[in-house]
Amino acid sequence: MKPVPEHSLILRVTGLFILPLLILFSLFLLLRGHNEPGGGFIAGLVAASAVALHMFFTSVEAARRMIAVDPRDLIGWGLLIAIASGLAPILSGRPFMEARWIEMTVPAFGLVKAGTPLLFDLGVYLVVTGTVLAILFSLAEDDVQ
Amino acid sequence: MVLWISGSFLAAAAAPWAVKRFPRHAGMILALWPGLLFVWFLSVLPRVGQSPVVTTHEWIPALGIRFSLYLDGLALLMSLLISGIGSLVILYAGRYLERHPDLGKLLALLLAFMASMLGLVLSGNLLLMFVFWELTSIVSYLLIGFHHEDEGARRSALQGLFVTFAGGLALMTGLILIGSVAGSYEWRTILDSADAIQASPHYPLALVLLVVGAMTKSAQFPFHFWLPNAMAAPTPVSAYLHSATMVKAGVFLLARTHPVLGGTALWTALLGTAGAVTLLLGIWLAMRSTGIKRVLAYSTIMALGTLTMLIGVGSDKAIIAAMAFLFAHSLYKGALFMIAGILDHQAGVKDLTRAGGLARRMPVSAAAAGLAALSLAGVLPLFGFVAKEKLFLSIFASGMAWLTPVVAIGAVLTVGVGALVGIQPWYGKPVATPRPAREPGPSLLAGPLILATGGILFGLFTPVVDQYLLTPAASAVTGHPVTPMLKLWHGLNLALATSIASLALGLLLYRWRTHFRHMTRFSDALAARGPEWLYDRMMALLVRVAGWQTRMLQSGYLRHYLLTTLLFVVACVWILLARSGQALHIAFDLTDIAIHEVMVMLVMSASAILAATSGSRLGAVAALGAVGFTVALVFVLFSAADPGITQVLVETLAVIMLVLVLFRLPRFLKLSSTRVRVQDATVAITLGATFTVLLLLAQDQRLYESISAWHIAESVPSGYGRNVVNVILVDFRALDTLGEIFVLALAAVGVLAMLGLKAEDKPQ
Repeated sequence: MKPVPEHSLILRVTGLFILPLLILFSLFLLLRGHNEPGGGFIAGLVAASAVALHMFFTSVEAARRMIAVDPRDLIGWGLLIAIASGLAPILSGRPFMEARWIEMTVPAFGLVKAGTPLLFDLGVYLVVTGTVLAILFSLAEDDVQ
Repeated sequence: MVLWISGSFLAAAAAPWAVKRFPRHAGMILALWPGLLFVWFLSVLPRVGQSPVVTTHEWIPALGIRFSLYLDGLALLMSLLISGIGSLVILYAGRYLERHPDLGKLLALLLAFMASMLGLVLSGNLLLMFVFWELTSIVSYLLIGFHHEDEGARRSALQGLFVTFAGGLALMTGLILIGSVAGSYEWRTILDSADAIQASPHYPLALVLLVVGAMTKSAQFPFHFWLPNAMAAPTPVSAYLHSATMVKAGVFLLARTHPVLGGTALWTALLGTAGAVTLLLGIWLAMRSTGIKRVLAYSTIMALGTLTMLIGVGSDKAIIAAMAFLFAHSLYKGALFMIAGILDHQAGVKDLTRAGGLARRMPVSAAAAGLAALSLAGVLPLFGFVAKEKLFLSIFASGMAWLTPVVAIGAVLTVGVGALVGIQPWYGKPVATPRPAREPGPSLLAGPLILATGGILFGLFTPVVDQYLLTPAASAVTGHPVTPMLKLWHGLNLALATSIASLALGLLLYRWRTHFRHMTRFSDALAARGPEWLYDRMMALLVRVAGWQTRMLQSGYLRHYLLTTLLFVVACVWILLARSGQALHIAFDLTDIAIHEVMVMLVMSASAILAATSGSRLGAVAALGAVGFTVALVFVLFSAADPGITQVLVETLAVIMLVLVLFRLPRFLKLSSTRVRVQDATVAITLGATFTVLLLLAQDQRLYESISAWHIAESVPSGYGRNVVNVILVDFRALDTLGEIFVLALAAVGVLAMLGLKAEDKPQ
């Protein structure tokens, strides 16, 4: 994957601004997914698209450096988190994967509900991001050779 | 007790870390845990003599599987051996494989094995016991294949695994049969329904299956061949798994089930024959071998045969003889294996004929080996003698006359084998060893010394061992209280005479060992066509059948797979529809269709047709993209926001991926003939039509109330979320999602592997 030629200044500058927004947006989608359209799968795809965009206006190496972890590790961690979220209820003597929720009042946020499904969704998010990026990166790297 | 087992698994997990942190003393540190267990088991010794200690936790209530543990005399005897010898072996292994890069793995596996073996002997539920049974097989596989770069070791590991797993399958079936007759898998319930089980028509089958499982695990003829090959494992492993503990699991199982299944003619015939044949075969092959570990392995087979035979006989005397023999054997054989390891480690000696006169250089090892060998040969006042005397007495009194010559011949050969390992390497003319021999340090000597002196101490204090350890064990096996009856000195009787005669004959046999081996060459020809040959033939056949089947079913062309899968689906759907015998009643209701919906439909169909007929790749891709986006539009029209967003994102990412691969593909060519294209089109249209019909039918006839209403109603109260789609994904049907993300991860691995393959193929 060659860096985009100099003349696509617009893409590079807008990309620089859009990238953090897209990542934030993906987290937003992840967190609100339980109540509004969104969720781990969609959020993962958005995050992957954001990094893919970054890859287009810089290079694969730069994109790899930016996310700092190997996307293959993301897949593994995602699966682990998803399983862990399913195992958590067992500790309190409930069946595997039964949802457990904690409600708490956080200053400035009001009532916050956190539960194992959110953790599970985080796992899905990581697996989806990791899978798409792993494939994209290796396709793009293959290209350089 | 649950804590002890799970703690052992944790200790196994900590082992690699301990080795990294304390490379020189990891063995010593890790040996503390089994040592602690040993002390705990000792502390409950008086209590268990009164009544079994039982704990129960629910595990899978729906299947009647409980995590229940049952500590009686038999389990305690085994647990003491497992933890005690485990502690010594781990100490030994830490020094034996010091600086080996995989020492951490070895210690971890040894501890994991200990945990599984403890679980196996402590289980109070048949299926729980089966789980641990299989775990020990798996750990044994990993340990035999420890030197995984060696092809022989890998082959031996697989052989052991296949043989014990085949037996494990038989065992599982047997256990399920027993459980279904007794109505429970709980050991205590089964113990009470012994009569019902023996009266059941399933009894013979269940017994045979269970015995086959025990025979594979305890290396009984004709499944014995995997055990000598398992000597490919490092010596501490052989000492622990393949002599002192794991191979006794089969015997343990027989002893455990004796009060329920034993005492019938079938039981005695099966076990008596299998045990007697194994006994003779094992000791015969031991006397004929020269590799130190092979001699020990074959003599272990002999010991296992003896135990099986005694349990088959089943009288009180025989059972207590079995317990004494089991105890004695674990002590001396563990010691002898560790001595074999010392010979290899300190002098490079693996074969008896390559060693001699080593006692001068390694006096302590020689003394330990001598003591252990005396116990093996059954010489007064060692504990081996007590066991052997009881063995003779119980067989003489059993009323099965044909067993008498078997044990007599076995005893003579055993004395010969004892001399092989206790005399040959140590005394006589010094033989140059591959490495100059040197006495090992305390870590290596501790194990054999403690076990060998144990042989003499327990011999001298026979009544104490008998009362506190062996009688409770024997009572658990017979199912009724047994009076202590073991003595070191039984007075002058037939058993003693047989002992003395076998000692003399055995020493003569040792004197003439080369002649013996020469004269018995004929048995090699038999062995060449033995069970191992059969095993190899069966494995070769299996590979051939698998190869043929793969060639038949797997053409390697994606289009063939697609065609087969799709046509199969179509056929299934139509066969089911035809069998349901319902008239195809499809009602079209086009009254409230909106104009924009029609337009989306038209665009979608046009794009699909364009994608199929396009003359360029880019055109086809663009048309497919258009189909995807119109599908997303349909989702949005029916207010399914989540699928709509997902569809759009997937289409976008697909475009990115296609951009990356598109210009590296070969030129777009029409390779298929018109005939093939017509055929493909026919399949595609049939499939499309089938699904259209199916969907319309499903729309028309609802057999069940749709679950959507429930999902929508329950989303907020039980799922805590207003987005029903997401609640279904991460809560109601989270297990499905878990499966899906695993598939996704697997797909990623597959894609990465394929891309990697391509990069390697490229000429540099």
